[in-house]
Amino acid sequence: MSDVTVQGGQEVVGVARIEGPILIVEGAANVSYDEVVEIQDSRGQLRRGRVLEVGEGVAVVQVFAGSTGLSIDGTRVRFLSNTLHIPVAEEMLGRIFDGLGNPIDGGPEPLSDRYADVNGQPINPTARIYPRDYIQTGISTIDGVNTLLRGQKLPLFSGAGMPHDQLAAQIVRQATLGKVAGAPATEGEEFAIVFAAMGVKNDVADYFRRSFTESGALTRVAMFLNLADDPPVERIVTPRAALTLAEYLAYERDMHVLVVLTDMTNYGEALRQISNVRGEVPSRKGYPGYLYSDLASLYERTGRIRTSKGSITQIPILTMPNDDITHPMPDLTGYITEGQIVLGRELNFAGIYPPVAVLPSLSRLMKDGIGKNRTRDDHPRWGAQLYAAYAKTQDVRALASVIGEEELSEVDQKYLKFGRAFEREFVNQSFTENRSIERTLEIGWKLLSMLPKKELTRVNLDEIAKYYKGEDAAN
Amino acid sequence: MSDQVGTITWISGPVVRARGSRNVGMLELVEVGSEHLVGEVIGLKGDQMTIQVYEETSGMQTGSPVYGTGLPLSVELAPGLIQSIYDGVQRPLPLIEQAMGSFISRGARFDPINREKKWKYTPKVKVGDEVQGGAILGVAMETDTFEHRVMLNPDDSGTITWVAPAGDYTVVDPIVKLKTSKGEKTVEMLQRWPVRRARPFVDRRGANIPLITGQRILDTFFPVAKGGAAGIPGPFGSGKTVTQHSIAKWADAEVIVYIGCGERGNEMTEVLQEFPHLIDPRSGRPLMERTVLIANTSNMPVAAREASIYTGITIAEYYRDMGYHVALMADSTSRWAEALREVSGRLEEMPAEEGYPAYLAGRLAEFYERAGYVNNLNGSQGSVSIVGAVSPPGGDFSEPVTQHTKRFIRCFWALDKSLASARHFPAINWLDSYSEYVTDVADWWREKVGKDWLDMRNRAMELLSEESRLSQIVKLVGPDALPYTERMVLETTRLIREGILQQNATEDVDAYSSVEKQIRLLELVLYFHDRGMAIVRKGAPINLIHDLPVVDTIIRAKSTVTNEEMHKFDDIQKQIDQQMGQLDAEYRS
Ligand SMILES: Nc1ncnc2c1ncn2[C@@H]1O[C@H](COP(=O)(O)OP(=O)(O)O)[C@@H](O)[C@H]1O
Ligand SMILES: [Mg+2]
Repeated sequence: MSDVTVQGGQEVVGVARIEGPILIVEGAANVSYDEVVEIQDSRGQLRRGRVLEVGEGVAVVQVFAGSTGLSIDGTRVRFLSNTLHIPVAEEMLGRIFDGLGNPIDGGPEPLSDRYADVNGQPINPTARIYPRDYIQTGISTIDGVNTLLRGQKLPLFSGAGMPHDQLAAQIVRQATLGKVAGAPATEGEEFAIVFAAMGVKNDVADYFRRSFTESGALTRVAMFLNLADDPPVERIVTPRAALTLAEYLAYERDMHVLVVLTDMTNYGEALRQISNVRGEVPSRKGYPGYLYSDLASLYERTGRIRTSKGSITQIPILTMPNDDITHPMPDLTGYITEGQIVLGRELNFAGIYPPVAVLPSLSRLMKDGIGKNRTRDDHPRWGAQLYAAYAKTQDVRALASVIGEEELSEVDQKYLKFGRAFEREFVNQSFTENRSIERTLEIGWKLLSMLPKKELTRVNLDEIAKYYKGEDAAN
Repeated sequence: MSDQVGTITWISGPVVRARGSRNVGMLELVEVGSEHLVGEVIGLKGDQMTIQVYEETSGMQTGSPVYGTGLPLSVELAPGLIQSIYDGVQRPLPLIEQAMGSFISRGARFDPINREKKWKYTPKVKVGDEVQGGAILGVAMETDTFEHRVMLNPDDSGTITWVAPAGDYTVVDPIVKLKTSKGEKTVEMLQRWPVRRARPFVDRRGANIPLITGQRILDTFFPVAKGGAAGIPGPFGSGKTVTQHSIAKWADAEVIVYIGCGERGNEMTEVLQEFPHLIDPRSGRPLMERTVLIANTSNMPVAAREASIYTGITIAEYYRDMGYHVALMADSTSRWAEALREVSGRLEEMPAEEGYPAYLAGRLAEFYERAGYVNNLNGSQGSVSIVGAVSPPGGDFSEPVTQHTKRFIRCFWALDKSLASARHFPAINWLDSYSEYVTDVADWWREKVGKDWLDMRNRAMELLSEESRLSQIVKLVGPDALPYTERMVLETTRLIREGILQQNATEDVDAYSSVEKQIRLLELVLYFHDRGMAIVRKGAPINLIHDLPVVDTIIRAKSTVTNEEMHKFDDIQKQIDQQMGQLDAEYRS
């Protein structure tokens, strides 16, 4: 698999046991926890692994490429006495790597004198800058009601067959530094993009590659690919390798980096598999008890720090098994990330793109990046009002399904109309439509104007006077 | 100190086993490996010890040494705690940043309390005084206005033989000398206390004073008493953290201990950047000047996360012992429970429910038991109130941490996903929540605002539960089927929900409601209800009430009327009188 050759290190010939991707190696002295090993099979092929547990003269080793083809007697394990490091360099942008960070685009090994530990280190909370600058994605359901900020981690929760890849590609293509509503367009600083694929099909990786090529971004993209037919255990390293490069670019090269991780559900699968092979006590649905901490060790590698101008913004993509948001992967992700964009099956069936289910979606940092001097003064209350009205629409729909639309009160009928228009005009937009923030706000007000003024208790009276255009606007 | 007591034989994440001396104590603090990482002995069997390590163990080798310290895991207590931010084992994060840069690497060793800084100190004892543990020896000004009462360690006592004169001292300068049964002892401002041992007090007092948080749904509907314990469970994104931040900002406690336990780095940064600029409405000083922060974020070592809760509660008790009201926020206790589970799993202990160790309930009980309004050893009274966030997987309250927590708290603020989705904040479900302090604090309200809060609160609760019953009917047959009197209930409960329960933490005027404003709003809404009810009983159609302009005025009052403009409520009441009076006149039969 890997072509690294490293000299030195203690070598053990033969392993005691092989269980799935795990080797039990006996006879090595003073092994370090988490150190990298190089494994040679009987034909001289090399692969890499990592120490998961050490005892006296015993080491439990996880083999990234899996153990297929390894034999008890013919396997040699060399302990490299260091944790897993990858080279990091600006010239890695424009390149494609495998899930462990080796180039697979036919190009040379990146030249670098910097090797960084893929595990990274926690950012000291005192060193962080709280995110405040919004990213305009041109997508109303994000910019308007779930605003993304530079330095935020905001996942897409999706399901099989839904257009999460298109949405992620659209975000990446359109993302620019946001500005105050109405301000003239400026040359936005461009994002560097670090893309990590875990267990997705080749088509998906290809789709993103084409999309980056078409938008002319390819020279700013580094891709780390562990595809569906690549070894599952390697997936555990892939996002770490990607984030290690992202940290270098953001914090040492002052770049604004967008990291797309897809599909985190496959990552979780790999973690679960290893945990099960090791016979660990599971928590929910067979996932290990440390799933939360493990995911946090990836997602928390996002943000801004005071000593650099750069930032890392993460967009992890998860397909929810059975569209179940309470499944451990989306659930624990939602507990760590700063909100979530949820795609809805029904909207997707109805042909709405992007099918963002607004109600369960959230951007926790939105409140700090919008409003006066950032987007527009009315934006926070306008957003809360749209949410409240759309939530009310759901109740009205439920009622209508019982008593029939004709029996609804006049106000409730208006809510039904509002709801439909909200989905068709606000949520729905084309894959190429890049809406300005003022356009998004304008559409929202147009929709709110379909409701009686009295219903709009979240926006203030001045805002109603200024933006409300409904039939009872005058009184 | 620091003799080698063992040799590492096994490493798995934060858990390490070593073999060696039989003299190491259970819960003794040890230094592990060549880098002297901090750890704690959590298991002993013959010459085998199990250690949880508070730092990342990557790269640690078997065969490396373990050093003993002879001491249990302790915190340092002295002036200088306030305005600090520590990790879970009380390492000062700003110093770590100075020394190591933006990322936390291993092996950081810093004094939790500055040894050089001098504090303005005034003695409160004199030579010849007999002093017992907890006695106040003197006071130091910890901020311009906060008086730090320097106490004798609860385990000490004796006769004072020397007292330092008033002056500026560091925390390690001698301030008192004592003759004790074991000889002469020099006392400094700095004392240490083992975190896993509750600090002693004389006895508990009744918890009958509410902790006022300025949050209407809490104070008016589900109050927690000073010295009480509350749990706030909710799925992700439902408002645990925002509610905890709001309490940390506005609660009428003198000291706030905020523990970010296994949660986001940005949330701690937010507090750090915001609190110095927010002014405490009571003291007029920046909120940071009463706050101690413990930040062991989700990506920091998991064993230190387990310790963070104890570090925080011990600091809280220390200020309680001075006679202060302390409020402690722990966000989130579930992450602490998971840290227990993770360590337990590595030890291959027999799991109970969902992989949690069988001692989970015991640990939760010990923690919440450390809340209380107490008579201190020195005769003063102080309290520690605990507000613990709970993060149930999938938002399912039947999981072990939520269920066990419920046994040890008396106030349950149940967050609700569907309210949060509709952006009804705080998304605390009024039907699922409860407070067992309601009757205990009723007298306080009566004295404080001179009104029958309990009666009004209970009436509002009745209306809300009536609403829930009526909504079931509405869902089946639509609102038109209800008689006007019942629809009047729905009009009023809308005012309660939108005008009182909903409170926007990000809006200046609305973020904090004084108790006076809270009770006045409630009174107005109930007044509206009584007047409206009288009118619909006479046969007036409900839409006439619904369309009254004052409805909108009441709903907006929370954010249009500031805490200082109480008179404006009288105007609103006049509007009710006027508009209802007109209707009343029309339907006088
Ligand atoms: N009282 C409130 N006022 C305004 N917004 C709130 C309030 N409570 C919660 N929110 C909103 O809900 C989001 C999630 O709240 P948070 O406390 O972070 O949830 P949790 O800690 O339960 O995951 C916040 O980012 C904020 O937008
Ligand atoms: Mg939270």
